Amino acid sequence: MYDYECHEHDVVVIGAGGAGLRAAIEASSMGVSVALVCKSMLGKAHTVMAEGGAAAALANKDSRDSWKTHFRDTMKGGKYLNDWRMARIHAQEAPDRIRELETWGAVFDRTREGRINQRNFGGHTYPRLAHIGDATGLEIIRTLQEKGVHMGMDVFMEFTVCRLFTSSGRISGCLAYDRQRGRAHVFKAKTIVLATGGITRCWSVCSGSWEYTGDGHALAYWTGAEMGDMEFVQFHPTGMIWPPSVRGILVTEGVRGEGGMLRNSEGDRFMFNYVPEMFRKEFADTEEEALAWVEEVISDKQATNRRPPELLTRDVVAKAINSEKAAGRASEHGGAYLNISWRPADQVRKKLPGMYHQFKELAGVDITKQAMEVGPTAHYVMGGVKVDPESQESTVPGLYAAGESATGLHGANRLGGNSLSDLVTFGRRAGLYASKAASAMDTWGEIEEDEIQNGIDHMMAPLNREGGENPAAIVHDLREMMQEKVGIIRTREQLVEALDDLEALRVRSQSCSPGGGVIYNPGWHQALELEAMIDVSQMCALAALEREESRGGHTRDDFPTPDHDSWGKVNSVITKDSDGNMKIEHRSYPPIPDELKQLLDSDDLDGDS
Amino acid sequence: MMKKQVTFRVFRSHTGERPYASHPRTESSVGKMSDYEVEYDEGMVVLDVIHRIQAEHAPDLACRWNCKAGKCGSCSAEVNGKSRLMCMTRMSDIMEETPENEPVTVRPMQGFPLIRDLVTDVSWAYEMNKKMVPVNGPDKLDWEFNQNEADRIQEFRQCIECMLCVNTCHVIREHEKFDDFAGPRFFVRMAGLEMHPLDTESRIPQIKEDFGIGYCNITRCCTEVCPAGINITDNAIIPLKERVVTEYYDPIAMIARKIGIKR
Ligand SMILES: Cc1cc2nc3c(=O)[nH]c(=O)nc-3n(C[C@H](O)[C@H](O)[C@H](O)COP(=O)(O)OP(=O)(O)OC[C@H]3O[C@@H](n4cnc5c(N)ncnc54)[C@H](O)[C@@H]3O)c2cc1C
Ligand code: SF4
Ligand code: SF4
Ligand code: FES
Repeated sequence: MYDYECHEHDVVVIGAGGAGLRAAIEASSMGVSVALVCKSMLGKAHTVMAEGGAAAALANKDSRDSWKTHFRDTMKGGKYLNDWRMARIHAQEAPDRIRELETWGAVFDRTREGRINQRNFGGHTYPRLAHIGDATGLEIIRTLQEKGVHMGMDVFMEFTVCRLFTSSGRISGCLAYDRQRGRAHVFKAKTIVLATGGITRCWSVCSGSWEYTGDGHALAYWTGAEMGDMEFVQFHPTGMIWPPSVRGILVTEGVRGEGGMLRNSEGDRFMFNYVPEMFRKEFADTEEEALAWVEEVISDKQATNRRPPELLTRDVVAKAINSEKAAGRASEHGGAYLNISWRPADQVRKKLPGMYHQFKELAGVDITKQAMEVGPTAHYVMGGVKVDPESQESTVPGLYAAGESATGLHGANRLGGNSLSDLVTFGRRAGLYASKAASAMDTWGEIEEDEIQNGIDHMMAPLNREGGENPAAIVHDLREMMQEKVGIIRTREQLVEALDDLEALRVRSQSCSPGGGVIYNPGWHQALELEAMIDVSQMCALAALEREESRGGHTRDDFPTPDHDSWGKVNSVITKDSDGNMKIEHRSYPPIPDELKQLLDSDDLDGDS
Repeated sequence: MMKKQVTFRVFRSHTGERPYASHPRTESSVGKMSDYEVEYDEGMVVLDVIHRIQAEHAPDLACRWNCKAGKCGSCSAEVNGKSRLMCMTRMSDIMEETPENEPVTVRPMQGFPLIRDLVTDVSWAYEMNKKMVPVNGPDKLDWEFNQNEADRIQEFRQCIECMLCVNTCHVIREHEKFDDFAGPRFFVRMAGLEMHPLDTESRIPQIKEDFGIGYCNITRCCTEVCPAGINITDNAIIPLKERVVTEYYDPIAMIARKIGIKR
């Protein structure tokens, strides 16, 4: 019999990034008891790294903007695989969610009139991203943290959840280990909100932190929840590529929003050659026009020129850099040159202080004088837990999901800035509905002691083994494999191989032995995270194998074009069947009502009646 | 690519050691320095070398990190005796300052109680956080103010809560005034609140009485180590000290305070 500590709360929120904090704040304000459980320290979650801004149609900078255009841009960027109901709610509610942050202490950059300033980003028709320099995530997480600590919630930092419990089909709690003390904890809960972020650590070149091992995705899947869109992984076009130790670290799209230009080794501004048909009307076709747009934007005028092709959606730019490399026109270390040094140095330092600092300190490059070298990096997963668009409840009753761990809003490709606004919009909704549901219950579900003991036994297993591999070696091999076989460009053979390789990795993971004790032992933690990484990687590879077309964050070399008539209308859904096997099917969202359909570009909807 | 050899002398807790070793502590009572020989490549930072030690020699070596880009403030440690972020400290710079044939030393922050290896207990900071009186402004969603007003406080909002400044400040490091002194990080936080253009709260009495700003004797050690480049002493602490003086020792302000007017 293992010993453990037991806690009881109405609502347990797992994850303290933007989504989790916003959910916990909302739930606390409803008067229920809330536990906020997170595997790193408060205020350090991935959200802190977000740079460019949060998208909301405030129309402060360009009065032509409205939720309708934001809705249209989100659907278009997502290649119409978005849940249109979430895209509408998001576009309508994001402005108030952003304004509200200022009443809690956030201080965004201002327009000349003293309102929240907004910057241009890829795929957004108008300047739409509320920001503070290039440290917007820091501002948002700090604001929510500062609000949250005064709301009476119990915070459990450096606690990692490794299993969810259900009782008669309903969520009833979770099991966690405490990294600092190495103890097991059982949290009884009436409802649980998953806000665990993403999975990009499964690739060797990524912009994510050690936390991005897909724990929440795996927890939901193990508990029987439906997982959607797992083939769609966003490779951000501009990660650092040199020196090798910084490979993958993000270079914000804000650089391009501020006028950064992409060139290949021959000095060509190659993005002009990669404008897809569906975007042709909206983008400049000469350098002169692109420059005129930047000049207008910098001088605070409404843009009358069309925007530079560097601001195409991320999937397009990432693939373009890849193609230039394949054609032998890569920059010195295998990427492209991104140059903002044509703008005055003080403006670059003011608008992009983080980037200035990052390149100076980590690469010895002064971006006010030199070009940056950039290349694609695994950045965001559009796929995740399938949720009800209003309440964010998953298909497991009592289990909610929000933020990067949920799916629906972004379809096949997320627009920059739409994540931070997603977090506060749907984080709030998840907290609201989870607390309402909890209030309607008079007691907690019973968790079987056997299940708890099993869970702890499983948790301790790596420490009880000896003579096995260092889990770091298996994690390394998994990441290299995913990079090679489930990367930006995929083929059938490679995906089939990837699925086989994952089985081999699974076998290795079951005998790894990190050694050491229970107190703050990263080797042990990594051994436990591997399980999630392998299952999440399998979801991606399986969904990618099935989708025989190219769309957004999923590109198949053997099926290079989009197939609007069939694949363009269905989303993948993964579940665990009763034998524990991974099963996939494809399903559509309900048809989009006419009044919303009118907002979309009819040309894009070919094949649509 | 150039590969070079380096010796890292890293603090390791004794195995089986109870966590939360008391504070102050003597190093040898809780652990010892251990040497690791590792190769490093061009462009690497100290955190990369620590990760390599974990991968090749000691999977259970405890350290905190998240962003590896100087944005989250998790990886604070003392490298060659100086408080810094491991992820923003380049090996080329470290090798330059380390005498030939000497190891590079890495210790946890000495100002905070130890948990294990390079990980310390900074829960004090989270308790302090709760004592900050939040912003109190107009009761509407749209707040308007100008960029120059924002500029004054945005510097303070850049704080990544790495606690390097607190670790360096002698009031805490040597005198352990954890209970009577808010420490540089929280003066930065309070400066941001006090200088907020729309805030109507007064925190000056609290800053003087509970947060002990008087203990600070403007040594500027905190400013020197701040990885976010915040001018902690000159832009946050000194203006707050001035406000305390005006509030408490300027007779007109004293009357105003008694009858409840905030200036
Ligand atoms: C460098 C970078 C820049 C970005 N810039 C932007 C931008 O400008 N605009 C934008 O909109 N988006 C941006 N994004 C994307 C955006 O930051 C993320 O998608 C978003 O922050 C995710 O927030 P979240 O609340 O879902 O999760 P996170 O902030 O990742 O938080 C996850 C939380 O879950 C916890 N957790 C995870 N697993 C467990 C577990 N097993 N047990 C307990 N807790 C757990 C973690 O500790 C953490 O607290 C950027 C991303 C990166 C990497
Ligand atoms: S200036 Fe003040 S707060 Fe900063 S280190 Fe010196 S005494 Fe401490
Ligand atoms: S003020 Fe600077 S040194 Fe202090 S916690 Fe903040 S970022 Fe770190
Ligand atoms: S890991 Fe985030 S600051 Fe070093």
